[in-house]
Amino acid sequence: MIEIKIKLNGKMITEQIDPDLLLIDFVRNHNCYSVKRGCETSNCGLCTVLMDDTPVLSCSMLAARADGHEVKTLEGLQEEASSFVGFIADQGADQCGFCNPGFVMNTIALLRENPDPTDDEIRAFLAGNLCRCSGYEGQLRGIRAYLDSRKQ
Amino acid sequence: MVTIQKYVKVLSLDEAYELNQNKNNCIIGGMLWLKMGNKNISTAIDLCNLGLDTIEESDDEFSIGAMVTLRQLENHAGLNSFTNDAIRSSVKDIVGVQFRNMATVGGSIWSRFGFSDVLTMFMAMDSYVQLYKGGLIPLKDFAKMDYDKDILVRLIVKKTPGKYIYKASRAQRTDFPVIACALSMINGKYQLAVGARPNKAVLTIDADNILAGGINEESAKAFARFAADNTPAFSNSRASGEYRTHLIEVLTYRCLMEMGGLE
Amino acid sequence: MEHKDYKAINKSVRKKDAMQLLLGKPVYTEDIAPSDALVVKLLRSPHANAIVTTINTKTAKLVPGVVDVFTWEDVPNYRFTNAGQTYPEPSPYDRLIIDRHVRFAGDVVAIVAAETEKAANKALSLIKVEYEVLDAVLDFRTAKDNPILVHPEDNWVAPCEVGGSNKRNLVASEQSSHGDVDAIMADCDIVLERTYHTKAFNQAMMETFRTYTSLDRYGRLHVISSTQIVFHVRRILSHALGIPKNRIRVEKPRIGGGFGAKQTAVSEVYPAFVTMKTGRPAMIIFSREESQIAGSPRHEMQVRLKLGASKDGKIRALDLYTLSNSGAYGEHGPTTVGLSGHKSIPMYTGSLEAFRFDYDVVYSNTMAAGAYRGYGATQGIFALETTVNELAEKLHMDPTEIRNKNMLKEGMVMPAYYNEIASACALDKCLDHCKEMFGWDEKYPVRDMGNGKVRTAGVAMAMQGSCISNVDVGSATVKLIEDGTYNLIIGAADMGTGCDTILAQMVAECMDCSVDDVSVFGADTDASPYDSGSYASSTTYITGKAVEKACMELRGKMCGIAADMLGCDKEEMIFEKGRIRRINTEQSVTLSEIGYKTQVNTEKNAEASVSHSSPVSPPPYMVGMVEIELDKLTGEVTILDYMAVVDCGIPINPALARIQAEGGIVQGIGHTLYENVSNDRRGKPIEASLMQYKLPTRLDMGHLKVEFEHSFEPTGPFGAKSIGEIVINTPAPALAHAIYRATGVWHRELPITPEQIAMSKPEDNEN
Repeated sequence: MIEIKIKLNGKMITEQIDPDLLLIDFVRNHNCYSVKRGCETSNCGLCTVLMDDTPVLSCSMLAARADGHEVKTLEGLQEEASSFVGFIADQGADQCGFCNPGFVMNTIALLRENPDPTDDEIRAFLAGNLCRCSGYEGQLRGIRAYLDSRKQ
Repeated sequence: MVTIQKYVKVLSLDEAYELNQNKNNCIIGGMLWLKMGNKNISTAIDLCNLGLDTIEESDDEFSIGAMVTLRQLENHAGLNSFTNDAIRSSVKDIVGVQFRNMATVGGSIWSRFGFSDVLTMFMAMDSYVQLYKGGLIPLKDFAKMDYDKDILVRLIVKKTPGKYIYKASRAQRTDFPVIACALSMINGKYQLAVGARPNKAVLTIDADNILAGGINEESAKAFARFAADNTPAFSNSRASGEYRTHLIEVLTYRCLMEMGGLE
Repeated sequence: MEHKDYKAINKSVRKKDAMQLLLGKPVYTEDIAPSDALVVKLLRSPHANAIVTTINTKTAKLVPGVVDVFTWEDVPNYRFTNAGQTYPEPSPYDRLIIDRHVRFAGDVVAIVAAETEKAANKALSLIKVEYEVLDAVLDFRTAKDNPILVHPEDNWVAPCEVGGSNKRNLVASEQSSHGDVDAIMADCDIVLERTYHTKAFNQAMMETFRTYTSLDRYGRLHVISSTQIVFHVRRILSHALGIPKNRIRVEKPRIGGGFGAKQTAVSEVYPAFVTMKTGRPAMIIFSREESQIAGSPRHEMQVRLKLGASKDGKIRALDLYTLSNSGAYGEHGPTTVGLSGHKSIPMYTGSLEAFRFDYDVVYSNTMAAGAYRGYGATQGIFALETTVNELAEKLHMDPTEIRNKNMLKEGMVMPAYYNEIASACALDKCLDHCKEMFGWDEKYPVRDMGNGKVRTAGVAMAMQGSCISNVDVGSATVKLIEDGTYNLIIGAADMGTGCDTILAQMVAECMDCSVDDVSVFGADTDASPYDSGSYASSTTYITGKAVEKACMELRGKMCGIAADMLGCDKEEMIFEKGRIRRINTEQSVTLSEIGYKTQVNTEKNAEASVSHSSPVSPPPYMVGMVEIELDKLTGEVTILDYMAVVDCGIPINPALARIQAEGGIVQGIGHTLYENVSNDRRGKPIEASLMQYKLPTRLDMGHLKVEFEHSFEPTGPFGAKSIGEIVINTPAPALAHAIYRATGVWHRELPITPEQIAMSKPEDNEN
């Protein structure tokens, strides 16, 4: 067991953990159920969290490595997410919803880095977020509608 | 599922090296590949606190720390202006932004993965690995070495003036490449690195001086043929060796034509 | 076409659960299961065909935290099927919870229950198994009457007569025809005979199979599962475990995608067995690898199609033989195969003089197949539409023109579709509309873009059904709440498609209220009215009609209560927004007053529960067109635009219907270009992860555009037909067509990879 300190959604957590505990299991143990597992091969993007504001795959990150860092999940970014997810809901592109948290987290990262992305920039940044329901086009329309609404 | 008994963020390379001499211990890079295996690791050695996560640019070289991520390569202005965006081309289709925020240069180069875009790209450049004990070794030689218990500290890329082009073929956009080609022209000499054969990248030089008179349609065709003939390619679930050989010819030709401004 | 101004129907309202899902609330099985649930893990066979000779679990049971390990010796000897189908199931009873005879690489050998995942994994590695490895049937084309039997057992049972025999490796077999096919074929100017091959594609829903079980406060088995079929799961568990149905409750929370995968009880029985044995809560979460190697994928099929036509492009006869691979078990085997003919051939009713459709469904030692969106129609339509495109190209006719000449039109009787009448069919309008929107005339010609790249286009039509006629049952309970709003209680399963919302829209339309005034609950076998479940494209059409009927009945009941309150006849009552009024007066009672009235000194309730079934299954129709850029040297295909027009009757929620279509198109693109399924020499799937099984990303699908042509289906709720499945059917034939245009080569096996494109020659076309 090793001791780690992680600031999770603004709250400092000190805990004894197994060295091979993955960050996804750490945050789910702390009731951050938005973080989902979709594969074991780092391919799907469902488990995306922000570590020091950088989007990473929590299924492939040791909790031990996150020691001393700040981790945010969708639970901690409800307000920021609320500013745009309604536009995706208007398209019906939420569908089954299982990929939504990872997709929303990476969209937050995108919009922080590039507040006015082109469609191609959106596709490229979100390429690592798989969705099996929506066919992606509706997610794009939703983000585009949000960006357009901000310009008015 | 990988298991880890003990985890250490080392404070020095010396500490890392000592720990790494135990065969059950292991240095972790981005963890992306390691995580998928069933290894039982006694001590996981993490280099993340050693300041190896920076790209330093001087007048004559780039010094890329082992813990630099692929995303840092993708966004580095100096590297991309030096290579006319070839570096960005080589990494931009690797899975996704989150993955590239984790995968490290050290992990990619040390592992010498067959599918590695990164190894292929840098092999075509004037690159060296800086090993903790082994010192500075040309990347193309390092690629052929057996795995040992040394530590890859930095990747050094000389700013020898030249031209660089990267092209890969992927069945699906973020998949492993079916074949990867990096072409360079350094000091008037052309060299081609081909990766994902599916074995690890190898370098082909213009031994017959096909391109000595410069790039034109004819010399490009001839060198592409030469590269295809001289780069062994094999079959796996993604493609046959025959198709890979075909792709080497096509992509090499296209790299040359683009480098020659003939497109 | 009937046209009405609807208030809630044909409106793009948000899904009722949208914000919960988009903000990441804990609404899925794993999120709501308590943390003390036992971890259930399965030891799987590495062999495709073997007998477990000895299995030693002693050491595994000694691992700290391991509660128990179960093997074939511990389970009942009743055979059952996992297929989520109406009883008696067409699928054979060929499974045990754990069978000593393992029949595919991935079949279950032992169940481990442990306090932690680590302990469970440790136990898995310590179970010692010895196998007698048998020769296996790995190529389904050699399965029929092969001396190696996948199911040699004597207690194999087929509840329905579907032409199967376990002694012949045959799950089902049938012949059907109309007219004299051989005579007409002989009289045709041109006959094309072609063979197609499609693979066992995985649904790859983002949430893998998972189930949580516990004993409730009455000691009954309480199952929370990611399933499309709560009532079928109750029956399947009862059969498998040998416990009465009234001792089982099954409910589904939100589901992270299904696409038919969860129309089979893939994961339920294992934790249920553990809970019954240990009395403790238990949960199984399939890894992605397990979902890929032991899920319930599409039936691999070989379709041999013979098409006879006149030289002016009239399609006169079709002769289709489908060989379907059910894999190691028979789930959905006898039924999927029928769609390969019955939901392809009718599209050419306009000109067809005769058809024959025969099939065999076989067992093999590969992963058992199941239900996947399209359910056999996808495979048949790939074969038929590709052959029709080849006919057009051979005759130098525009492929849209050849379809105009032959296609099904509204009002026609469809002999290949159980003689149903195409009562609502805008297929012709879909084709015209799509052609115009897509710019077919400009995009169809092959255009050289330089550097080995060409652009061109392809087209395909599709159909599906809207339910299983004379079988599916949908039900709805609608209850007045005393504030004048409603509960809608259903047994259909919203798996992300939005059926909770569209059914609420129907209530809102009937009861003249807002969609927000309708609270939806489902699905729970203890609380929901019976519903076959969400599959066969049936929820909108069947359950929707039940909702409409329940609302009409409830309105009548509420009018009766209002009449009592006002002391007049029920016939004098008029149902208005928020109140019920006596005709020609201002006397009225509010809905809230009626609601309260039902709670005091009364024998009349304000709720209605209605079931619905249909003697017909009206097909939706679709036309898809794709423009590609193809690199002739590398074989890479870039999709530029995919456009489609769908006739799903009246779309209840156009935004959700559009997303269904877009999502289905991208799935179809996936199995056409990227998703391969292959086995190693021992029969183990190679594409066992999302690293190897490549789903399309948002960089792979080009730009999508979907529009609708309305028809009005008289038997559907508000004119609606289905949308859920048809949408996956056009990409394979449309892309194969475009690839032919670019290269001169017809590809008849999926997926069509860059290697096949680059390395094939037009000389290979005849087969």
